[in-house]
Amino acid sequence: MSNLPPVVELIDVSRSFPGTPPVEALQPTNLRINKGDYVAIVGPSGSGKSTLLHILGLLDYPTDGTYFLDGIDTSHLSEPERAGVRSVGIGFVFQSFHLLNHRTALENVMLAEIYRPGGQSERRERSVAALQQVGLGHRVDAFPTTLSGGEKQRVAVARALVGKPSLLLADEPTGNLDSVTSAQILDMFDDLHALGITLAVITHDDDVSGRAERRVAIRDGVLSEYAGTDEVWA
Amino acid sequence: MSAANQTTVARSTLSIRDLLNEATIALTARPARTIMTALGTVLGVAALVATLGLAKTAGSQIVSRFNELEATQVTVKPPRDRGNARNRQVNVIPWDAGDRLERLNGVVAAGTKSDVDVGGVFARSVPVVDPLGQTEFQIPVIAVSPGLFDAVRAELSTGRTFDEGHNARGDAVAVLGPGAARRLNLSRVGNSPAIFLGEESLAVVGILRDVSRQPDLLNAIIVPNGYAAERMGLVAPTEVLIEVDIGAAELIGTQAAIALAPNQPDQLRVSLPPSPARVRSSVQSDVNSLFLILGGVSLLVGAIGIANVTLVSVLERTGEIGLRRALGASRRHIATQFLFESAALGALAGLLGTSLGILTVVAVSITKEWSPVLDPWLPFAAPVLGALIGLLAGTYPAWKASATEPIAALRSGG
Ligand SMILES: Nc1ncnc2c1ncn2[C@@H]1O[C@H](COP(=O)(O)OP(=O)(O)OP(=O)(O)O)[C@@H](O)[C@H]1O
Ligand SMILES: [Mg+2]
Repeated sequence: MSNLPPVVELIDVSRSFPGTPPVEALQPTNLRINKGDYVAIVGPSGSGKSTLLHILGLLDYPTDGTYFLDGIDTSHLSEPERAGVRSVGIGFVFQSFHLLNHRTALENVMLAEIYRPGGQSERRERSVAALQQVGLGHRVDAFPTTLSGGEKQRVAVARALVGKPSLLLADEPTGNLDSVTSAQILDMFDDLHALGITLAVITHDDDVSGRAERRVAIRDGVLSEYAGTDEVWA
Repeated sequence: MSAANQTTVARSTLSIRDLLNEATIALTARPARTIMTALGTVLGVAALVATLGLAKTAGSQIVSRFNELEATQVTVKPPRDRGNARNRQVNVIPWDAGDRLERLNGVVAAGTKSDVDVGGVFARSVPVVDPLGQTEFQIPVIAVSPGLFDAVRAELSTGRTFDEGHNARGDAVAVLGPGAARRLNLSRVGNSPAIFLGEESLAVVGILRDVSRQPDLLNAIIVPNGYAAERMGLVAPTEVLIEVDIGAAELIGTQAAIALAPNQPDQLRVSLPPSPARVRSSVQSDVNSLFLILGGVSLLVGAIGIANVTLVSVLERTGEIGLRRALGASRRHIATQFLFESAALGALAGLLGTSLGILTVVAVSITKEWSPVLDPWLPFAAPVLGALIGLLAGTYPAWKASATEPIAALRSGG
């Protein structure tokens, strides 16, 4: 395990948004996430959590610094190559689910397969399996409008998992869910962690971050590792 | 693998089949909107197809009614008689008109034909008048040049026609139309029977069976110009008849006037067959210019409609665009998807418009009792045109969609 490169390695990565004055959304940051890690990124609103996650997910470019993903220096990747890495190596789960309402649960999951190189064959089988994995094997043909919030988020998780990514990124996955449904999603993350999937979950909810084996706090764009359950930004 | 050893990264893909599938889903998700979006293009393509189809159909009707006999005939007459115009005629149509014209390229045969005023003289085939039966008739006399027999496509029943020799010498010979022969009770010309015009006697050398043109010859006594000029006071030919090659009528019309009257060609009255080309082009230009403009405008409006709705849908689907980028779509994939959608919409509109246009052609043809004719490439070209319009209309929205930053798109919710 130790001779493998970390899944994520940020070296002095920063992100500022232009403006007057410029917004330093992420100060120069070093972060390492090893294979199989379950990391919670905790911070108040506006602290730069989503900014960090977008950089980790290759949806945004750092202003400075170097980001190695699975040992690959992402600053050398072209836009189509970054898209390729996203399709193969990264799964996203969003707070607002981002399901397409005109498509069934299964079709929503299968959407993740159309951009993946080599994702052509047995798409349906893999997507059904992913839905079964999140406990929705009986709702494959349901439209999102007929699903509960928790079920929608499980479809989204199935969509993120179907390509067996090396990194699952979740931005406030339980932000729109009540505590019972949240718990179901978190149970599912525990299962995925047990399967060896690398997880980075953004949250400002202590219940959520408490389930992770490792917590990273972020405040005003500054990252700090912490182990306790103490309120660090009191 | 190590960090130093940069490996090549597989790019994401998007197969044609998936593109097609995505476009189908997008277009069928809101059928009413899809139809409304396509309407302008449908009407534009329909107008174009109907216009081209109707022009073609109308043109073909003219071709099918095309009369070969009529199309190959040109006649030239001297200026209309105005009082003392007799002298003019002398100047205007020469005796050798037929020979002059037969030298022109495109002339098959030519000859003059003149009604001869015999002053009420009766014709008979017997030297003595029989008081019991009618043996005398008023039969029109027509003077021709030998070439006229070819120009009217005369068929002989018996004997021969007279030739240039008879004409030049002014021989007293005649060819009878079948009607005249019947009245004069002549059916054989073996020994050149004589007929009498008043006191003049003429040797009948042949009897016609039929002519394709100038049916008045069928009831006439036909004499050579030379004889009519010498013995009957014919001053000049009154008409020139020309048989021309198909398509040559117009050209020969101009050339004939110059050949016959080099000094005052425009004084001659040249009558040409109604040229099918002219009729067709006038039909086409009427129909075409108006409806092609209409079709073009509809297409433009249609393209703007597609562009507009596609742009709106790009804005509406910002969240979807962000999601697709997160799932691995590159900018190019997003652009391709929207371009493909609008092209598919255009092609669909083209297909629908083509059907509508063809239906229009058929409907109009039925009411006009025409047989509908369509260029075979038209039903295939029209949907392609629709697709091109869709492609064109989708260019800007597709570019806009591909330029959407995924983080902004995802933030927009969805
Ligand atoms: N495109 C942008 N242009 C300018 N400023 C931006 C942009 N995106 C984010 N920011 C700013 O960067 C900072 C960090 O934003 P970010 O979205 O990462 O916060 P967050 O921790 O995810 O907050 P929340 O919990 O509310 O989602 C904020 O101050 C925000 O206003
Ligand atoms: Mg956020």
